[in-house]
Amino acid sequence: MAKELEEEDPIKLAAFQAKIDAEIKIEPKDWMPEKYRIGLIRQMSQHAHSEVIGMQPEGNWVSRAPSLRAKKILMAKIQDEGGHGLYLYCATETLGTSRDEILENLHAGKAKYASVFNYPAPTWADMGAIGWLVDGAAIVNQVSLQKTSYGPYSRAMVRICKEESFHQRQGYEIMANMAKGSAAQHKMAQDALDRWWWPSLMMFGPHDSESAHTSQSMKWKIKRETNDSLRQQFIDKTVPQAELIGLKIPDDNLKLDSETGHYSHTDIDWDEFWNVIKGYGPCNKKRLDHHKKAHAEGQWVREAAIAYAKKQELKLKTA
Amino acid sequence: MNTDLYKYTLRLADTALILSHRLCEYTSKGPFLEEDLASMNTGLDYIGQAEALLKYAAKQNGTVDADQLAFAREEDEYANFHLVEFPNQDFGYLITRQFFMDVFSFYNFQLLKESKDETLAALAAKSLKEVTYHLKRSSEWMIRLGDGTAESHDRIQGCVNHLWMYVDEMFDEDEVNTNLLKENIATDLSEVKKKWMKKVSEVFEIATLTKPEQPKYSLVYGKDGGHTEYMGFLLTEMQFLKNRFPQDTW
Repeated sequence: MAKELEEEDPIKLAAFQAKIDAEIKIEPKDWMPEKYRIGLIRQMSQHAHSEVIGMQPEGNWVSRAPSLRAKKILMAKIQDEGGHGLYLYCATETLGTSRDEILENLHAGKAKYASVFNYPAPTWADMGAIGWLVDGAAIVNQVSLQKTSYGPYSRAMVRICKEESFHQRQGYEIMANMAKGSAAQHKMAQDALDRWWWPSLMMFGPHDSESAHTSQSMKWKIKRETNDSLRQQFIDKTVPQAELIGLKIPDDNLKLDSETGHYSHTDIDWDEFWNVIKGYGPCNKKRLDHHKKAHAEGQWVREAAIAYAKKQELKLKTA
Repeated sequence: MNTDLYKYTLRLADTALILSHRLCEYTSKGPFLEEDLASMNTGLDYIGQAEALLKYAAKQNGTVDADQLAFAREEDEYANFHLVEFPNQDFGYLITRQFFMDVFSFYNFQLLKESKDETLAALAAKSLKEVTYHLKRSSEWMIRLGDGTAESHDRIQGCVNHLWMYVDEMFDEDEVNTNLLKENIATDLSEVKKKWMKKVSEVFEIATLTKPEQPKYSLVYGKDGGHTEYMGFLLTEMQFLKNRFPQDTW
């Protein structure tokens, strides 16, 4: 268990908070409260796992991509996601944990990943919807996280955001082409939007009043904006994009408030949200089993690499 | 249309296309994240080569585009080596298949960059840079797995023994190659073979692996339109949307 805040050295704690208030980044070797460190490990590893597990629904279609261009772009996108995962694993390791430990927690179900990847990708239009909506929602969150207080996380976000905006455009392009294509393509695109809209809104997490970590995370500037505020930004940005390509957002209560400039909308089905988090989404078991299986099947390769490296080390010592 | 040049271009293109397909299938299945990325990266280089070569083939053909060649041919119209059809049974098979192809591509492109055909020469020169990196990676893995643990040694030797049957095809000299060699367009496969065998022997020696002795394998080669049992499944998946919605663009 992490040390409670009351147990921390109050002078160090005050200096730490002052630094954060002055927008000075916290670096790996700086003193930090145990709860800050543990909270960051939780959030950053969850973020990293999301990138890695997110490779799976797209991997489901990469071998069926319809053109050389589409295939090349999707391969590059999946590679980017993996790269983000790697970058974030490394950033998380600066907090005194190891990749093995981070993966053990994932496999044991202790560490989470974005619930949105527990939804299936049954058609090619899902490649569009994932890029446009899921990456679109991720960008809103990540742009905000560029200003997060932990230096390595903040710098990772700056780099990741550049690539995510390419992913979002790639997804929107697929949706736009399908929306103006044949009747079958248009139907597929609308169906994908219907299925991904609500899970994308859920990506921002529970209402601020229900969020277990929001208040302390805001004070420490790990999080810079609340779940509800980020969700609203995403909705406001995405609704006109759907209208532009002739697709309908699956919410009959969506209405632009001319005074606030924001769209009002139906509330999320929070039962579904919590069910998927608790492991009862359509693909929770599939995604985690896939990761565990690949990891187990790679055991002999990792062992061989370590054994070979040790032999080389020994040769150097005895040379 | 120079039919020999067209076939020769398709052999190079299809081999890159099918290998890139196999590599993209490996998404999220690597032994660790770095290798997932490396396999996808290699796959991206190969699909890039395939696209450039298919565009060149389409230009020679004059009635199709690169996507039609990639996604809308009959199985016996594909001209890739059998080797690249072999599935990703495990990381050992993936890396052995890659190593055999990388050594071939490296020496083949070294010669092809001097081709009288300017397009092929330029593509070979560009691809050689990528293949140099691929070869370094796959050689290192052959050595690591061969000289790693007893288990990894046995497994990778098993992959070598199994995939060795597909090696002959790469060096088979037929009319297409002989005719183009006379025109200084194609590479001399006996030369490539000598270099291939030498490099493979060197790597195997460090990796403590042995070269299998096997009689020649008797099937119509992939480069002549004959394919393994694996190919039908691969194409069914790869051509899925094109077959389902032949008129649509994406």
